[in-house]
This record gives sequence, C-alpha cells and structure tokens, in this order.
Amino acid sequence: MKVADKNKKITPLECEAPNMQEKGENLLKYLIIGVLFGIVFVKAEIISWFRIQEMFRLQSFFMYGVIGSAVVVGMISIQLIKMFNIKTLTGEKINIPKKEFRKGQIIGGFIFGLGWALTGACPGPLFAQIGSGFTVIIVTFLSAVAGTWLYGKFSDKLPN
Amino acid sequence: MEQFIEWIKQPWPWWVAGPLIGLTVPALLIVGNKSFGISSSLRHVCAACVPAGIPFFTYNWKKELWNMVFVLGILIGGFIATMFLANPDMIVVSEATQQDLAALGITDYSKLLPVEIFSWDNLLTGKGLLFFVIGGLLVGFGTRYAGGCTSGHAIMGISSLQWPSVVATIFFMVGGFLMTHVFLGPLMTLFGF
Repeated sequence: MKVADKNKKITPLECEAPNMQEKGENLLKYLIIGVLFGIVFVKAEIISWFRIQEMFRLQSFFMYGVIGSAVVVGMISIQLIKMFNIKTLTGEKINIPKKEFRKGQIIGGFIFGLGWALTGACPGPLFAQIGSGFTVIIVTFLSAVAGTWLYGKFSDKLPN
Repeated sequence: MEQFIEWIKQPWPWWVAGPLIGLTVPALLIVGNKSFGISSSLRHVCAACVPAGIPFFTYNWKKELWNMVFVLGILIGGFIATMFLANPDMIVVSEATQQDLAALGITDYSKLLPVEIFSWDNLLTGKGLLFFVIGGLLVGFGTRYAGGCTSGHAIMGISSLQWPSVVATIFFMVGGFLMTHVFLGPLMTLFGF
C-alpha cells in the first residue's frame, strides 16, 4: 500500500481508496442505488429550481430539513460502521478518505454557490433534471463539464 | 395497492427524502467502499473524453466507472419518477417566494422548473447564456475547485466529521445567498427578462 503514496501528487483527490476496477454486473449495484436516489430527488422535488430559491430566500424549511436529516442519518451510519467495525460486502475494511483543507474550499465553494442559485441544481439534480425531461439541462451539464475542464487546465495557477 | 400508488405520487416530505439520501452514504460504503460524491463524475467525463494531456485529468478513470454508472442511474431514476410516479398537481411554493419571483417575471408553476427559464427556446438568447452556460460553468468550476459538491462535502464530508467540508458548505451557502439576494435580479434584467 505504501507504493501507492508515490502517485498521490498526480491524483490528490480520487483513487486513494483501495478501489479495484469493477466491471459489468459489479457495476449494476451502483446503477440501482443511483436509480433509487434519482427517484427520491424527483419525488421530493429537490431537483426543483423553486425549492432552491425557497432555501436561499429562507422562505421554506424544506431543503434545510432534507440536507440536515441526510447529514444526521449519514453521521449515525458512519458511527455505527466504525463502532461495529462493519466491513464491505467483500469483507474489505471501510475506508473514508480524509479531506485536506485547501483555499479552494472557500473560493471554489463560493463560486459553486453562485452557480447553485442560478441553475437551481447541484451536480446530482442536474442528471435527474435531464432524466425528468428537461432536456435543455444537457447544455448546463456540458457547461459544467467545461467548467470542470477549465479548473483542471488552470488549477496550478490558482491559489490552492 | 392503488392507495399506495396514490400515496407515492404525492410529493415526499423532507423527513422521508432526507434520511433516504443519508442512507446512500452507508449503502455506497458497504456495497463497494465508495465515498458518496457526484461532482467527481464531471471530472471523470473530462478524463475520459478530453484529457488534453492535463495532469489533473491523467489518471485511470476506468477505476471510477462506478461513479459514472451511479450518475447514469440518477438520470434513469429521474425518468422513472417522472414517467410513472409524477405528481399531477402544480408544485406548491411558499407565498413569499412566489411574490419575490413574480417581481423577476417568474409566474409559471406548472412544472418543477420554471418554463420561463428552462426551455430550448431560450438557448440562443441572453437567458440561456446566463442560466445554462454561465450557471453550468460556475457549478462545474466551483465544485471541482472546492473538491466536492453538496453530496461530497455537505453530506459525505460533514457526516464523516471533516471540518474542511463544513467550511466548503458554509461558502456554498454564502455564494448562494449572495447570488439570490444581490446579483440575480440585476443579472436577469441585464440578460433579457
């Protein structure tokens, strides 16, 4: 495992977990979790531009309830995993990569916030919006890919 | 059964949706040791399609295929929910928000997204430039610069008690409040609303 550390400079964020490349039917489980997740997004109207407006205008508790209760359930789950040393289905030890503090979390976070209030969507809902028939969001998605690419292109020139 | 379908077609309350979203965190961890995150998929798309020799996109994206399959699932889930489980009624939005949005020229609540903004007719206009192109660029650039989005930082990061994610989430909100209360009105006027 120590050999892997040498590659860290090239890929600082991803690929730190002992992820093996998975194929075919192994990927199906992620598709199913994604489908369920997408259904929740639409059924709770989280993909709605109006819900995001309500949230940023502090005129509805709804989105705060969604995100807050998601965090609480996630937190309890992770504590239980740690407490009972729960393993993955294949018996691996569960590994949660540590997030290092960088200036990007302030500057990039702020920039994303500006975009979130405009598009009414973080990246997850973008996909659910397209699936819901708002096909013009494909353009927003392509712009988001372009934005990601621009960050990659200029990341070494930005304060980090 | 019919009653169940009727019930499921109603918009789900936050205390159903939030915990279900939260359960995605242990589900992905247990199923394959994956940390919940969505914006990374945009990076993998870059790495797979237009790496252009940029170090940030030069990695084995095939190892991250699960993430792209996951977001494809979100898209399919959106389709299923809309085709088979859609709520036939108009979306219920708070009175105060409706008043604020009316001042911006948004009054159509027939769909989850306002058709005044999100339609193909707006694509080649200032409206499309603002909401699709500029909005998308800000989301893509900002999430990658921040190293995550609402799922990776606000939900996965805070759930695993990582303070940098709390910082990121605070600045997501600061950006959102500023856009909504300061820039949105003038920008919409400028871009043709």
